[in-house]
Amino acid sequence: MYRIVTKLELVSHINLFKFSAKEIAAKTKPGQFVILKVDERGERIPLTVAGADVEKGTITVVCHEVGKTTKQLGSLNEGGCIQDLLGPLGKRAEIRKFGTVLCVGGGVMVAPLHFQAKAFHEAGNMVIGVIGARTENQLIFEDKMRKVCNELYVATDDGTRGYKGLDFLKDLFKERKIDRVVAVGPIVMMKTVSEVTRPYGTPTIVNLIPIMVDGMGMCGACRVTVGGKTRFACVDGPDFDGHQVDFEELMARLKMYAPQEKLAFVFYEKGGRSL
Amino acid sequence: MSKPKPKIRKEVVPMPKQDPKERSSNFNEVALGYTEEQTVAEAERCLQCGEPSCVKGCPVEVDIPAFINLIRERRFDEAIRKIKEKNSLPAICGRVCPQEEQCQANCTLGKVGDPVSVGRLERFVADWERERGYEIPQKSVSTGKKVAIVGAGPAGLTAAADLAKLGYEVVIFEALHKPSGVLIYGIPEFRLPKKIVEAEAEYIEKLGVTIKTNAMIGKLYTLKELLEQFGAVFIGTGAGLPSFMRILGENLCGIYSANEFLIRVNLMKAYAFPEYDTPIYVGEKVAVIGGGNVAMDAARCALRLGAKEVKIVYRRSREEMPARAEEIENAEEEGIVFEFLTNPKRFVGNERNWVKAMECIRMRLGEPDESGRRRPVPIEGSDFIMDVDTVIIAIGRSPNPIIQQTTEGLQVTKWGTIVVDENGKTSLEGVYAGGDIVTGEATVISAMGAGKKAAKAIHESLMKK
Repeated sequence: MYRIVTKLELVSHINLFKFSAKEIAAKTKPGQFVILKVDERGERIPLTVAGADVEKGTITVVCHEVGKTTKQLGSLNEGGCIQDLLGPLGKRAEIRKFGTVLCVGGGVMVAPLHFQAKAFHEAGNMVIGVIGARTENQLIFEDKMRKVCNELYVATDDGTRGYKGLDFLKDLFKERKIDRVVAVGPIVMMKTVSEVTRPYGTPTIVNLIPIMVDGMGMCGACRVTVGGKTRFACVDGPDFDGHQVDFEELMARLKMYAPQEKLAFVFYEKGGRSL
Repeated sequence: MSKPKPKIRKEVVPMPKQDPKERSSNFNEVALGYTEEQTVAEAERCLQCGEPSCVKGCPVEVDIPAFINLIRERRFDEAIRKIKEKNSLPAICGRVCPQEEQCQANCTLGKVGDPVSVGRLERFVADWERERGYEIPQKSVSTGKKVAIVGAGPAGLTAAADLAKLGYEVVIFEALHKPSGVLIYGIPEFRLPKKIVEAEAEYIEKLGVTIKTNAMIGKLYTLKELLEQFGAVFIGTGAGLPSFMRILGENLCGIYSANEFLIRVNLMKAYAFPEYDTPIYVGEKVAVIGGGNVAMDAARCALRLGAKEVKIVYRRSREEMPARAEEIENAEEEGIVFEFLTNPKRFVGNERNWVKAMECIRMRLGEPDESGRRRPVPIEGSDFIMDVDTVIIAIGRSPNPIIQQTTEGLQVTKWGTIVVDENGKTSLEGVYAGGDIVTGEATVISAMGAGKKAAKAIHESLMKK
């Protein structure tokens, strides 16, 4: 059992959790993920780690209540427990001094992006941050990002705050010399960023969390096509070259269980599952 | 005139099974197990050979004639004790060991009739004990030494049990959330009920073994870090990496590795969705590629999950199929269709990126290859389209690579298996390995045999220190 030591509702339906997991915290680095399972009958879901405190022995994840499991997780409070937590999984992000690093994050994934941005900042990079959300009141981690970024841009899909969409990145690339780009967020966002940077040939790293079950290379559910080759996001990634990823295939695969996910959610909402 | 010896029955006592029609829509165990009378009747058939050859066929050297004799005398408690001197997982082995290739292959009675069904007898006494509560053997005096086991599959559990009985403090590190490896994630409920697997793992814990789940060695701790805390380490991480065909369209939705399909169904209990959270999708027309036990398991699961038609597509013929004859028969009885000498060339998707068909080619058998089996050769111009909406690829599994990738100095073959000597010792001091991680994909019992051998070698080595 893994105890929740901190729970914060950052904005409506987006929660930050700190789990007590000393051994995992000691080994977790930016870019890696964990798999958690809430209870005996739960599913295993991957979540990118948003922070690790070695001294306190905690790891941080932020998740959006979008389905049954995240909703159930959101119903838990400080002091509550989840049954299983496995990690750290996947390879660590490549963090070193590149020069100017553009860190783009969207939605709930701004939290794990911050974990990376902080590390890039500490490694002596000039960090330009971009954080986005669907709409203004869904933006998270703005203050935290500001602390580790030399510049920070804000964008929303509906334009209620900052830039509307990510088109402004094209201008940014015309004006500035950027050595590396890291994009962590929804597939559409990562694809857009990769397309903006492609003409400039700027190395663009995307962090992919497809559907997976075990997270250790056994199921192959998380296979993605990168540069024409099949790779497993869990063990070969989760970081990949955004210019090589087949995002269309990834998007289709992410929707594979959409009807079942909806059913599970409705079933849960109606209190169908009793333990 | 002396009393004539009762004539020995040449035919095996048949195993009661669930009716094929009924069982193809449920996940309950197919083989129902012998009754006490059937068990004793089958045991009566044993010739009690002076030099029993059955024992030589058993990778863990169970004293087979001795336990069968105890069954004849209805001393079931002593019979199971006799088995457990060598085998800590008898209810599992009684169900999934390929006895026909091992103990039963050598049975003297097999030369004139059916061999004695050792597995079914083992199963009966193991179930008999479990229903009455396990007898926990007395612990040996503690050696004060610690051994780490990586992976709670058949090899690891066996090594752990043997070492615990010898007085070692044993900790198993298991990456999944439940112990037992392939027994819990791979083999389906209807062939090996999970409550039995769980009970046998609990028995290992009762021997004093600590099982630490959610602990992936190579990530949470390195092997070197374990060596700082433990006198020896045994690696039993198995062959869990799915192989794919590497043909066009393989990443379409609706195409699973057998591993994913079975992990969802067995470990995550997707067949009980939405009571359990993990979903699974099975369409109407399912094709399973491959001819081993895993292919049979996947096909039979798909049928139970509501598929209208399940085909096993295998590139060789029936004779070359690696699956156990018993499992092929079970699959056939349930209505699984076999497409022999057929191989997929590419998968065709619909506009939503879901698989809708499979382009196949017919094969013929050519000259034997390195494995001794006749090589399948494509018949030019024989291409055809098979309509499918779910595909399960069951063409093999390769060794889990994480430990090898994260451990300097550990000698590995080009296939990714760990190199060991005849005692299971690796190129690193104090590090042993056994099971599929050494041999590549093999059987539960051969992994157990390797675990046993390594436990003995670890004991001999640590006693010298």
